[in-house]
Amino acid sequence: MKFKGRMWIFTDKNLNTDQIFPGKYTYDPLTPEQMAEHALEDYLPNFAKEVKKGDIIVAGQNFGSGSSREQAVKCLKFAGVSAVVGISFARIYYRNAINVAFPLVQCPEAVTYIFENQETLINEELTVDLSTGRVVIGDKSFSFPPLDGEALNIFTTGGLIEYTKKKISEK
Amino acid sequence: MGQTIFQKIISNVTGIDKPEEGSIVFVEPHMILTHDNSAAISKNFKAIGAEKVWNPDKIFIALDHAVPPPDEKKALNHKIIREFVNEQGIKHFYDCGLGICHQLLPQEGHVIPGVVIFGSDSHTTSHGALGAAGIPIGRTEAASIWAIGKTWLRIPESIKISLDGKLSKNVFAKDVILSIIGDMHSDGASYKSVEFHGEGAQAFSISERLTISNMVAEMDGKAGIFPADKVTDAYLRSRVNEPYKKIQPDTDATYIQEKDFNLNEIVPVVSKPHNVDNVSPISELPEIEIDVGLLGTCTNGRVDDLTAAAKVLKGKKIKYGVRLLVYPASQAVLLEGMSTGVIQTLVEAGGELAVPGCGPCLGAYGGCLAPGETAISSANRNFKGRMGCKDDTAIYLGSPATVAASVIEGKIVAPPKEVF
Ligand code: SF4
Repeated sequence: MKFKGRMWIFTDKNLNTDQIFPGKYTYDPLTPEQMAEHALEDYLPNFAKEVKKGDIIVAGQNFGSGSSREQAVKCLKFAGVSAVVGISFARIYYRNAINVAFPLVQCPEAVTYIFENQETLINEELTVDLSTGRVVIGDKSFSFPPLDGEALNIFTTGGLIEYTKKKISEK
Repeated sequence: MGQTIFQKIISNVTGIDKPEEGSIVFVEPHMILTHDNSAAISKNFKAIGAEKVWNPDKIFIALDHAVPPPDEKKALNHKIIREFVNEQGIKHFYDCGLGICHQLLPQEGHVIPGVVIFGSDSHTTSHGALGAAGIPIGRTEAASIWAIGKTWLRIPESIKISLDGKLSKNVFAKDVILSIIGDMHSDGASYKSVEFHGEGAQAFSISERLTISNMVAEMDGKAGIFPADKVTDAYLRSRVNEPYKKIQPDTDATYIQEKDFNLNEIVPVVSKPHNVDNVSPISELPEIEIDVGLLGTCTNGRVDDLTAAAKVLKGKKIKYGVRLLVYPASQAVLLEGMSTGVIQTLVEAGGELAVPGCGPCLGAYGGCLAPGETAISSANRNFKGRMGCKDDTAIYLGSPATVAASVIEGKIVAPPKEVF
């Protein structure tokens, strides 16, 4: 799986689930498309309007900290974001992403390089190759450890729903 | 090589001898906790194609986040959950007003030491207070567990935190965990299990342990465990009949990090906006005026918390123009607080008593801040917008006694020592 897209650069540390998907909507029964309309609402109010399919988020340390709300993953996925490349991710956020098959790439070297050269890179497209574990920007290339084990199985089956379906049918 | 408490719990529940850190295991929970999110989970459950839950006796659902529901959408959400509960014969269902999920689960005897509790809520770490591994998961994962009764876990490395010494009179478990988070930061325990040891840890009541384990979530821990001891036994005696194992880590267990905190040195603190690890002693704050105080939540809404606040507020009034929101963590807490007179004291002082539940903690409704307002709260999170409004609002987190002292003055102050 390989993605190429425009970048949204968020240098904040601990960009949290309430900023990604506000608590006040968490108990409204919303479709994934409706969730996408609130993506990053409390952080960057224009994001949901301006994001384009295939865009990639470049994020700082401990992205997705806070709540277990899965909408904070789904809203980005259904807003069209193809992947988040970050310095690090909060545990439940990372797990939720595997379970809904949304690619999170932990590649601190690439992110630090992008943060440091934001001005010259802002119009460049970023490439993320999940199969080879590479992030490419301009003439620079960085590697990251690809998923393995059960996490990889869940991800490649298309998420935990598909995975569990398969498990039930195998029984 | 010795095993950590997490490894030994996994061994206890899976039968695997010496499970290695980093390895993946499949685990069946002793109980799986969900709340108002159960309607969404039931949708995922149906999407999986499952018809019956794997074990209706091991599913716990509490309606707590938006109670009583403030609008028709949230009322419908609850209705969908009740229908699912009836259709599936779910045994442990707690309807609106009975309390917050993390309060009810231990209070009603659904947690025992040595087991794994999964919960589709980030503060599921709370249940480590009873020597269990309380592990937060997401909604899709909860649906999958409802269907097949297990999920995968990577055995985490562990951090050992030793608490020694004794707290001063106006310093509480909340100040301890905020100080730890201030030191270790919001990702200080990412993907790790945290164990609490030392005389100080053993001296804490279950309620105090719940406060601490609850907030391990704010360091991104996978679990925050107090090994079970006689305090645990005393709490469980009237609550559970089934046998349990008081699992201890091996004395030669290896930890990825060890930290010592001296309780004598901890002072009243708050987390400043907008992140929990932004911790400061109250004595070092500039003057901070507040509009609202919140007493309650799964972190600090228990009898001892409300009692501490009542000691400060006894015979006093909150400052004119300031509001005090009182949300007991459960109906049992409310009833006990009524019989001891604590609720009377809080209401006489000017508190607005509400139905047991999460309330303004997550800004879903009720007690929301207005633009430009500042709150002092006994909750666990102070993210921007958390209490329903993000426009120039600020949330400070502190102990219930700090909340009480602050609403009297209309600004953040440390609790007085004399009343304790
Ligand atoms: S009281 Fe707050 S933190 Fe606790 S479960 Fe409710 S919303 Fe979550």
